[in-house]
Amino acid sequence: MNFIVIILSAILTSNIALTFFLGMCPFITISKKLDVAIGMGIAVTFVMTITAAANWIVYYLVLIPLGLEYLQFLVFIINIAAIVQILEIFIDHYFPPLYHAFGIFLPLITVNCAILGISLFMVLRSQPFIESVVFSFGSGIGWLLAIITMGALRKKLIFSKPLADFGDAGITAIIAGVMALGFIGFTGVV
Amino acid sequence: MILISLIFMNVFAITVSLLIIVADKVMSNYGSCKIIINDDKEFEVNGGTSLLRVLFERKYFIPSACGGKGTCGYCKLKVTDGGGPALPTEKLILSPREMSSGMRMACQLKVKNDLKIEIPSEYLEIQEYIGEISVSESVTSDINRIRIRLTDPKTIKYKPGQYVQIKVVTDEGTDFRAYSMASNPNRTDEIELNVKRIPDGIGSTYIHSLKVGDPIEFSGPYGDFYLQKTHRKIVCVAGGVGLAPLKSIVQYWKDNERHRRIELYYGARTIKDLYDHEFFEELARENENFLYIPGLSDPDEKWTGETGFIHQILERKMTEGENSEAYLCGPPIMIDAVMGVLDKGSISDDRIWFDKF
Repeated sequence: MNFIVIILSAILTSNIALTFFLGMCPFITISKKLDVAIGMGIAVTFVMTITAAANWIVYYLVLIPLGLEYLQFLVFIINIAAIVQILEIFIDHYFPPLYHAFGIFLPLITVNCAILGISLFMVLRSQPFIESVVFSFGSGIGWLLAIITMGALRKKLIFSKPLADFGDAGITAIIAGVMALGFIGFTGVV
Repeated sequence: MILISLIFMNVFAITVSLLIIVADKVMSNYGSCKIIINDDKEFEVNGGTSLLRVLFERKYFIPSACGGKGTCGYCKLKVTDGGGPALPTEKLILSPREMSSGMRMACQLKVKNDLKIEIPSEYLEIQEYIGEISVSESVTSDINRIRIRLTDPKTIKYKPGQYVQIKVVTDEGTDFRAYSMASNPNRTDEIELNVKRIPDGIGSTYIHSLKVGDPIEFSGPYGDFYLQKTHRKIVCVAGGVGLAPLKSIVQYWKDNERHRRIELYYGARTIKDLYDHEFFEELARENENFLYIPGLSDPDEKWTGETGFIHQILERKMTEGENSEAYLCGPPIMIDAVMGVLDKGSISDDRIWFDKF
């Protein structure tokens, strides 16, 4: 029961893209095409879960015993960058079709603030290991849901040229804002 | 405490780097791959890096503005064999027609096996040149005319309107800045640049500091802003130093395309800011197919020509646009204003070429 609550709250009430507005750069550029957006969303979910698990281990088993909590930013960033690099090489070598579907996004994710954000939230919430992994997986799914929704909305947008002067990114940012307002409606669900 | 953190960070960073190096050596080794260009030249490279980088290392200069991030789409090339299907990141940039014809973005395509690619001939003509300043004179209060005589290689081939990247040498190192060629492409041993001094601009400060006889290096020719081979009327609109590529077009027209009608609208602020005015006036007297309309936005009493911004003058003067094509060069705000006027004058966007700076 507890896990379901964590996942639902990560997806709906505290959606990483729509309530914290993290990971906006790929959210706006990649959502241009729906199928590409799905690949990116899966890659983000995957990396978010793995890096949160790795960062939990480093934080609680290395940094805290050594009293080096203040190094968390540096260590998390290096950890994420390294994991993404190795994952990319690994997937490219052993699972070429998978690499083709979403591996190409991995280098883009290295500097995605949503990934780092989740690891830092995890520390703030001081959850145990399993809960942290479930929470970051849920956050990834939440980001995936947000970018798929945005991709689908932008597919509609092609046929109705609203406010050409805003440009593509401008109208996307406005839609993201409206979506965020919509997500406020989930408050109190969990 | 500080010692522990220093030791920890070092150990951590070294471990992580070692892991990546090992993973890279073990898993990202594709051996030697053959790259065949235009069914003509071929060379072998070690796989694992992007096609763009491989080509760049071999001195094939493919245009790229975003530094290989996959956002500008300039590095499109046709891959006829070995490329596999397009990657998701390429789908954002390439049109379905381009993808079905085998176009790929060289920055995204990793070389993992033998590749057969086609590089357009104009890219193959991009080379590095060494030259020597043969003329450096000021033509207005802030614009200098620079002529570069080529020493190695001794000739250059380019289309009227294209640009070069000048290697700018400063105390902090070297950098590249783009300048349009203002010279007649039929003259191959020398190019002319018109360089406006920008306060604190590293390119213009460097070029203005050069004296006759000084060496200078550049690469080129670049750009798809050049005179098209059609029979339409040519409408050129220049703002300030934006005259440079259009002067190249006009000179080329004079030698090769004189049957076409050509109009040059040239906007500047004051009479002192107009340069090569006499050259164009004389050309207009000799050729009835050439119409030259200079305009000043800030004229003095002696000026008898057109006044106002160049898009307003164009709006007053432009005749039918049905069978015309337009070439615009100037600051972005001028280009946007002129595009609006051309739109009304029925020159559609696919017949407008422009160079904003």
